[in-house]
Amino acid sequence: MLNIQYFASLRETLGRSAEVLALPEGVGTVGALADHLASSRGGAWPALQDVTQVLVAVNQTIVDRGYPLTGTEEVAFFPPMTGG
Amino acid sequence: MLSVQEADFDVAALYAQLRSAAGNAGAIVSFTGLVREFYDSTEAGREPAVQRLVLEHYPGMTEKALLAIVDEARLRWDVLAWQVIHRVGPLNAGDQIVHVGIASTHRGDAFAAAEFIMDYLKTRAPFWKKQHTAEGAEWIESRSSDEAARARWEKR
Repeated sequence: MLNIQYFASLRETLGRSAEVLALPEGVGTVGALADHLASSRGGAWPALQDVTQVLVAVNQTIVDRGYPLTGTEEVAFFPPMTGG
Repeated sequence: MLSVQEADFDVAALYAQLRSAAGNAGAIVSFTGLVREFYDSTEAGREPAVQRLVLEHYPGMTEKALLAIVDEARLRWDVLAWQVIHRVGPLNAGDQIVHVGIASTHRGDAFAAAEFIMDYLKTRAPFWKKQHTAEGAEWIESRSSDEAARARWEKR
């Protein structure tokens, strides 16, 4: 199963902080996962497809949208970071 | 020494700790970041209105990202001992938010490593700031100047 987490403004926009999801049929990358969530859920979810405003981490390391998923990862979506 | 914590920290105690851990260091750089009063950038000349700042982080990844930043600094410069403390949760204007301490043989490496860690930490460690004012709350947007400060350290 995928353990998906959402942070900060994105968590508020989507109204969700985390979920557990089976890797959807035909989804093999983080980009495809974002596309799937956007098209299957509609509403605010297409926000995930904005590559400049939404970063993705797999197993707590930032990756690009082409990064492969096997269905057992921790995936996190979040806005650009503003620490310090 | 790495810590992501809600509690405030004592810079004098941290300095003493770093100094004793540093062995034959010739230089210690100690940087502390404070929460500023914020201004609404959309209205020039407006009075500061921020009452509170809340810092969210990604437990686990935040520590991992900070350690990766420190590891990179230790590869580039002579670092005898180091400290990174970052606070999360609710903070007020004037509060200490982040501390970086570096002990090195010479000052050049200590300054560079501390600045490198701060520049990377602002855009590469998962922290997010939300500001609360009398009019409501809003997430602080990332600044291109912070990304530019980080990018200048990239190796060509």
